[in-house]
Amino acid sequence: MNAQVETLDAAARAELDALGDLGSLAPAVRSKIAQREMPSQDPKTRVSNMDEVALGYTEAMARLEAQRCLQCPTKPCTAGCPVAIDIPRFIKAVACGDDAGAVATIKESSLLPSICGRVCPQERQCMKGCTVGKIARDPAKAVAIGRLERYVADLERERGEESVPAVAPPTGKRVAVVGSGPASLAFAADVRRAGHEVVVFEALHKCGGVLSYGIPEFRLPKAIVEHEVESLRRMGVEIRTDFVVGRSRSLSDLLSEDGFDAAFVGSGAGLPRFAGIPGENLVGVFSANEYLTRSNLMKAYAEGRADTPFYHARRVAVLGGGNVAMDAARTALRLGAEAVHLVYRRTEAEMPARAEEVAHAKEEGVVFRTLSAPTRVVGDENDVVTGLETVRCELGEPDASGRRSPVPVPGSEEVLPVDCVIVAIGNSSNPLVPLTTPEIRTDSKGRIVVDANHETTMRNVFAGGDIVLGAATVILAMGEGRAAARACNARLAGAL
Amino acid sequence: MNRIVSKRLLANDLCELEFEAPHIARGHKAGQFLVLQADHDWGERIPLTIADANESAGTVTVVFQAVGATTIKLARFNPGDCIPDVLGPLGNPSDVRKFGRVVLCGGGIGVAPIHPIAQAMRAAGNHVTSILAARTKDLVIFENRMRAASDEVIVCTDDGSYGRKGLVTAPLKEMCESATPPDRVIAIGPPVMMKFCAATTKPFGIPTIVSLNTIMIDGTGMCGGCRVMVGGKMKFVCVDGPDFDGHEVDWDNMMKRMRAFRPFEEEARRRVRDHECNIDKAARAIAAAKEDR
Ligand SMILES: Cc1cc2nc3c(=O)[nH]c(=O)nc-3n(C[C@H](O)[C@H](O)[C@H](O)COP(=O)(O)OP(=O)(O)OC[C@H]3O[C@@H](n4cnc5c(N)ncnc54)[C@H](O)[C@@H]3O)c2cc1C
Ligand code: FES
Repeated sequence: MNAQVETLDAAARAELDALGDLGSLAPAVRSKIAQREMPSQDPKTRVSNMDEVALGYTEAMARLEAQRCLQCPTKPCTAGCPVAIDIPRFIKAVACGDDAGAVATIKESSLLPSICGRVCPQERQCMKGCTVGKIARDPAKAVAIGRLERYVADLERERGEESVPAVAPPTGKRVAVVGSGPASLAFAADVRRAGHEVVVFEALHKCGGVLSYGIPEFRLPKAIVEHEVESLRRMGVEIRTDFVVGRSRSLSDLLSEDGFDAAFVGSGAGLPRFAGIPGENLVGVFSANEYLTRSNLMKAYAEGRADTPFYHARRVAVLGGGNVAMDAARTALRLGAEAVHLVYRRTEAEMPARAEEVAHAKEEGVVFRTLSAPTRVVGDENDVVTGLETVRCELGEPDASGRRSPVPVPGSEEVLPVDCVIVAIGNSSNPLVPLTTPEIRTDSKGRIVVDANHETTMRNVFAGGDIVLGAATVILAMGEGRAAARACNARLAGAL
Repeated sequence: MNRIVSKRLLANDLCELEFEAPHIARGHKAGQFLVLQADHDWGERIPLTIADANESAGTVTVVFQAVGATTIKLARFNPGDCIPDVLGPLGNPSDVRKFGRVVLCGGGIGVAPIHPIAQAMRAAGNHVTSILAARTKDLVIFENRMRAASDEVIVCTDDGSYGRKGLVTAPLKEMCESATPPDRVIAIGPPVMMKFCAATTKPFGIPTIVSLNTIMIDGTGMCGGCRVMVGGKMKFVCVDGPDFDGHEVDWDNMMKRMRAFRPFEEEARRRVRDHECNIDKAARAIAAAKEDR
């Protein structure tokens, strides 16, 4: 056991002993228990490896953390959860030592607890309404719901206790799934359970969508994603990688010629946006998708073993303030950059990234240059990046979305010397399926339009996740996949 | 899946592989390409244009020069082996219509991807002239197939060892100046060759299409690694191309971007080649040991 884990574990044991009979703790006592810190790799060590940063609670930490829950009958946490997990019930089970019961409760609503426990923006969802956090006047001090979710889900997986979900007798109906991100994984599982034959078509050579190519190993170990895909296989879902729907075969062909009765489009928001500033095509400028895909999916970090190269850079500027930007910045450090600057137009308060990622990035030494907007990438005579010109910004009046928009201060331009620029300012909807399937309508941003049943304008074709929402979150994608599966199952049963 | 049915060495390190890929053979159109991997877990993803397809046999053919880590590994596969990952057909099909006189310029292995376009252009009722260019005689590929697919074939070599001596641009320029100039030119080959073909036709205002083969990763529009500037606009070769107006491409920027990973690529190539040498050495040692006995 790592030294920090040992210390935190011993402290949790001692505190549990001191509390005595856990069954009869008064709310006043519960709310005095401090939130358990998440054991993590030391920042200095972890910047030179790809291993997971957060190490997970031990049993004592989980039991003690679970004691903090006040079991509010109004369940503000559940109200904040996009898929409405019965959080007080699952936490009560953890408190009583019934880990299996806890996972079962979560799985009534969520299919990917190991993953969501790690990547959900809890401080903006379940933890936001938590009474314990309200008492502490800080949602970050609420019950650590995500950490508990991760604890019970990891335990079940590591002990090999998961059972393959029961599959109903064959119906003779076939359903095609486009993409294998969280929306598609959830959809495939629920439709397969109803006894339909399911084939997942994935363009890349590995499954998982952003979970595989985007989110780095140090935040979400790929073995966990592979485990979820394996569970689908064990349920009898057929998986075809290296298959682009719209090119290898059109969606209409799948439905009219290849014998599929229905389809789900979960093709995600994988179209990288660029900033539109001069110099963005210089050598050394990358979209975050390219930078992260090289490292994650293609394993370029394993130099000498992987055939895909990564770009050696000493000083890196990352444009953006979301999870993607944090992942790119922290990957750059791990690939050997000496200095990484995060250039963001607004202030830290407006950053869309998860709070934990921002904190981890800072601990690792990423330099935050907020209220700073990129204006130009500077290069040498060989078109190789030598710097990034930025301009200082001030926050102006709130815009239509309520966010205060940054206003550049004229004359405040300066050039930051860097040899690599990573653009992480967002992704738009993947255009391929709508482009090759004219029957499917999209909105002005290229998102597929669906009705209340998650059905597209093409009959029997459902859609969900980022392709419908625009770049959103894993839990929302999963929730949409499940809702679409309910509608699809109803349609195939003749009830919709 | 992707089982190799035949392998031919066209020249020194020019290799032709035909493999089973029924859905690609059925769905592909001239001008489209594939993304291949020679190793599922550690390989890179590289684009190769489809040189031929046989729908009834369900096979497709690619031609490549064994110069990079992946192509060297691919060239080591033999009939019966399966290519670990093949994705396609990708990209937009070439614009094939009746234009009148069409001139196709293929440089080096660029002749292979020209082949299906020649067939399609001929079938669409065009008069097809193909110029096949190579450094030297041994590197002229697909000559017979191109003769079968074209109305007229001109071969040129840099060193004059076969056909006309000189670059592809010389006969191209003559044709542009002739009484019957081409209505459309298509050039596929190394970037410099395409750049100069486009520069040759530009003064004559003859539409010139090039097929770009930039660095790619996913090939599905997800990474932007393949981006080029065309007419001052950013384009992704894998989804917006691979065919573009050669007069509008920012060639210099594209060529510089294609060199971004040069040092690494050389290192990877060395690693793969050394590995090969070691295998050879081991094989020789085993053979010698057997002889000793
Ligand atoms: C770097 C990064 C970090 C992120 N961090 C977080 C986080 O911490 N927390 C969080 O909640 N969210 C995070 N997100 C967002 C989250 O990952 C996405 O919202 C979620 O993955 C969307 O799921 P999806 O199933 O809709 O699509 P995706 O995960 O995008 O998967 C789509 C899949 O479809 C495939 N595909 C596309 N078109 C085709 C086609 N025509 N044929 C076959 N296959 C096709 C793609 O190859 C891809 O594998 C992050 C995103 C990125 C990029
Ligand atoms: S290869 Fe990634 S976008 Fe074209």
